[in-house]
Amino acid sequence: MTAKLTNAQIAWRAAQDIQDGAYVNLGIGFPEMVAKFKPQGREVIYHTENGVLDFGEAPPAGEEDWDLINAGKKAVTLNPGASFFHHADSFAMVRGGHLDVAILGAYEVAENGDLANWSTGPKSVPAVGGAMDLVHGAKRVCVITDHVTKDGKPKLVERCSLPLTGVGCVTTVYTSLAVVEIIDKRFVLREKLPSISMEDLQAVTGAKLVVEGACKDLIVPEV
Amino acid sequence: MNKITPSIEDAIASIEDGMTVMIGGFGGSGAPIELIDALVTRYKETGSPGRLTVVNNNAGNGAVGIAAMIYAGMVAKMVCSFPRSTDSRAFTERYHAGEIELELVPQGTLAERIRAGGAGIPAFYTPTSFGTDIAKGKPVAEFDGRPYVQERWLKADVAIIKAELADAKGNLTYNKAARNFAPLMAMAAAKTIVQARQVVEPGAIDPEHVVTPGIFVDTIVEVTDPRQEEALLRESARLKEGAGA
Repeated sequence: MTAKLTNAQIAWRAAQDIQDGAYVNLGIGFPEMVAKFKPQGREVIYHTENGVLDFGEAPPAGEEDWDLINAGKKAVTLNPGASFFHHADSFAMVRGGHLDVAILGAYEVAENGDLANWSTGPKSVPAVGGAMDLVHGAKRVCVITDHVTKDGKPKLVERCSLPLTGVGCVTTVYTSLAVVEIIDKRFVLREKLPSISMEDLQAVTGAKLVVEGACKDLIVPEV
Repeated sequence: MNKITPSIEDAIASIEDGMTVMIGGFGGSGAPIELIDALVTRYKETGSPGRLTVVNNNAGNGAVGIAAMIYAGMVAKMVCSFPRSTDSRAFTERYHAGEIELELVPQGTLAERIRAGGAGIPAFYTPTSFGTDIAKGKPVAEFDGRPYVQERWLKADVAIIKAELADAKGNLTYNKAARNFAPLMAMAAAKTIVQARQVVEPGAIDPEHVVTPGIFVDTIVEVTDPRQEEALLRESARLKEGAGA
């Protein structure tokens, strides 16, 4: 196996595609890292499901206000111009098409845009949170993920085998090896690490990668 | 008109066995800890109110708040979106033992079902959960070429919520993100019981700043120095670490 991007590098790559003035929701955990790599000079307004728009970084330790948290239940601060709202308004922003970008993690993404990211099967206590809402409504629904599972199985597949979060909802996948767009129920390869061959990339991908026009080199700095 | 009650015990006296109780809060933010404590104390002393259905985003953390209700054995069913937390043993153990029922609802659907309950809308259609296990058995319809899932309103016998300011007419404000589900629950419950950090004279809250209008509120009790669930959990974690060191 060739070199692959770190999680921070995947987050960096996803951050480069967030346009100036975008309203963005970052999923809990790994996706939160995207905020660190916002390109300078771009203004991005972050939404959190529990009812805050335009929150900022975490406060210094000891200065947390636990009534001011994000969906991950972490303490946050407010930017000038922030607002509070109740949960129904918050999800009106989500489902009503008002967010520009939602970035989520994934267990599996299928070439038809289906996403599985909330349940690994019947053994654990089921918990869905806002994931099923977030995949509907944002103009771009992006997934950031390792290209394969911990035991090397493809996460980009023909059809998801795990319980679905949403049907036909994913628009872009940023992985540790490639950037893939989902167009007309196909994985269209936009960028790949220059160090991996097309054959090797296809071998760790569970569905056909289509090349339309140029496939650029995926070049990410050390971060 | 005066909706203020001096005693927290009186405020919760009307909550009975088998009721559906909406409890404000998202994690520890907005959890009405003092009202919950009074309910748990009453249950431990009298055996009532038990067999409750509790509606909240989560299903308790640590051993305070909703987790304390579950440990006490007074909760028969949770309606929530995310029954996991840093320490959700109270719920998890009873769930695996088959002692507590779970109705899992996507977070935005939960909010909208509660809003609909308060607004007199018996059902609505949402794109959320279409094609997933959550949608099984629910009617589906197409609007403008896209499929949507029918969801029903959610109402409650009682809502217990935490506010920042309240006046005797029931007008409320909240503290930052502690607002979350509270304004919706206040609408959807037959009776809404509020703990407010400060009770002020009618008119002291600028009408432009009222978040929950008094028509949705029945009973208010002032709790001037309310405990914050997350702060309590962190404090007890610190004490445990200290004891272990």
